[in-house]
Amino acid sequence: MDLSTLTIAEARRALDAKEYSALELTNAYLDAIAQKDGEFHAYLEVWTDSAREEAKAADAMIAAGKSQPLTGIPIAVKDNMLIEGRIVSAASKILENYHASYDATVISKLKAQGVVFLGRTNMDEFALGSSTENSAYGPTKNPHDTSRVPGGTSGGSAAAVAAGMALAALGSDTGGSIRQPAAFCGVVGLKPTYGAVSRSGLIAAASSLDQIGTLAKNVNDAKILFDAIRGHDAMDSTSIENPKSEIRNPKKLGVPREFLTDLNPEIRTQFESTLQTLKDKGYSVTDVALPSLQYALAVYYIINPAEVSTNLARLDGIRYGLSVPADVIGEVYSKTRAAGFGAETRRRILVGTFVLSSGYADAYYRKARSARELIRADFAKAFESVDAIVMPTTPSPAFKLGEKNNDPVSLYLEDIFTVPVNLAGVPAISVPGGTVERDGKKLPVGFQIIGAWGGEQTLFAIGKDV
Amino acid sequence: MTQPKVDVAALAKLARLDIPEGEMVQLEKEIPAILKFVETIQAASTGREANTPALRNVMRADENPIESGKYTKTLLDAAPAREGNRVAVKQVISRKKK
Repeated sequence: MDLSTLTIAEARRALDAKEYSALELTNAYLDAIAQKDGEFHAYLEVWTDSAREEAKAADAMIAAGKSQPLTGIPIAVKDNMLIEGRIVSAASKILENYHASYDATVISKLKAQGVVFLGRTNMDEFALGSSTENSAYGPTKNPHDTSRVPGGTSGGSAAAVAAGMALAALGSDTGGSIRQPAAFCGVVGLKPTYGAVSRSGLIAAASSLDQIGTLAKNVNDAKILFDAIRGHDAMDSTSIENPKSEIRNPKKLGVPREFLTDLNPEIRTQFESTLQTLKDKGYSVTDVALPSLQYALAVYYIINPAEVSTNLARLDGIRYGLSVPADVIGEVYSKTRAAGFGAETRRRILVGTFVLSSGYADAYYRKARSARELIRADFAKAFESVDAIVMPTTPSPAFKLGEKNNDPVSLYLEDIFTVPVNLAGVPAISVPGGTVERDGKKLPVGFQIIGAWGGEQTLFAIGKDV
Repeated sequence: MTQPKVDVAALAKLARLDIPEGEMVQLEKEIPAILKFVETIQAASTGREANTPALRNVMRADENPIESGKYTKTLLDAAPAREGNRVAVKQVISRKKK
């Protein structure tokens, strides 16, 4: 087997045909991780022993003729999804030794299929960032150029798939955290409709934006993994039933041209080239107006910190995680949080506290909530006339490690094409859309397809044509 | 809207977050810069908040309670400090005068 080209679909065929066992497949991945991950640092922990046990159990399922789509498939899990009894840290010092008390719903679903969990992957602390440099355990490096970031926050998951160290991976996307690393690492990344996949057992960053999704080598694999984790869940009151009807044969694409005026020329060239490929396959392309997108970054960087500061209030050294001793409880809180949170997490908490504080909540948080509705309405109107909206995933290819360390705002600008999707709650997929050259290295760029609410099948259909 | 004055020390207190002396200077530059960045929102013409959210928060019916004590041990095991069957915390009110 060649791990650099192996897909879930091909592994499924070979496993069921007994060409190799799930244990052999898992061992091949464990060897690849042992060989390569010293260089990339995609994993925070590799579960060698339990992965082999899970593989043996999968082999027994296959032998008994009870094989399911993901039985024996080795995947990586972002370090913010709970697996009972195992450490889950959200790449933070405050949860360094926290063992999950229960399984996330997505994990229960995958366990039932006999999936092999290879390990937990690196990320920006609490899913706050765009480069995986905010991990408390050191950055992940881009497999295409180790002097560059893999993107974030699911950078470890994207790098693991790109480097052949996992067949596929779970990630989470709050403002682009699956699609942007997928674009930077040259893999496929799906952010489903808000509510399509249960968030129960996902460590919350910004609850109205967070969504679990999949990273894989191709569109079909991303779909197979998505099909296994989707669906309504009584444990997540924001989760929804699977949509009943979807567009079968999408052919009408919209491009928000006025939003793309400042695009980097090389990114534009790659984008137009992919667009031409789709036109050649019978797609029509029209301009769509999304006038409120100009406010998307501002809205996002108010709502995200507001929800983050609220969600992270639960980390106070009392019920779980790090606890720094002090004489009175108030100091236990403040010392624990000072010791446990990294710089970007602290910034978001402070900004969130400000925008929610008395006297400013109307001008910031409530204003942002209203503007968010404008963005949502823009998308709803656009989808009356097109099947999908397409644009680049990112304004530039992977940047250098450390390049944006000194200016949080410059890093926020990287999210311009991805955050509108989370604000509207619609699904989107990033598929590889060519490369640009930097320092003699070919760096992948992403082509982003955005669908209407519940329109994942539309994304898969178009994605396969790219 | 003019840029408001930001008292980072007061925010940190509200957020129950100690800030080391050395970091305060940096944060006093960064937090206003981030708030300046999001100021463009003030130009958005938003008349009213949406009155029909696309997704409603649906709570389950308040019935079929779980068996009492079923998760007690699991949850207590996660706590940094416990005494018997409860999470132990430091005193809430200090007698020390500041």
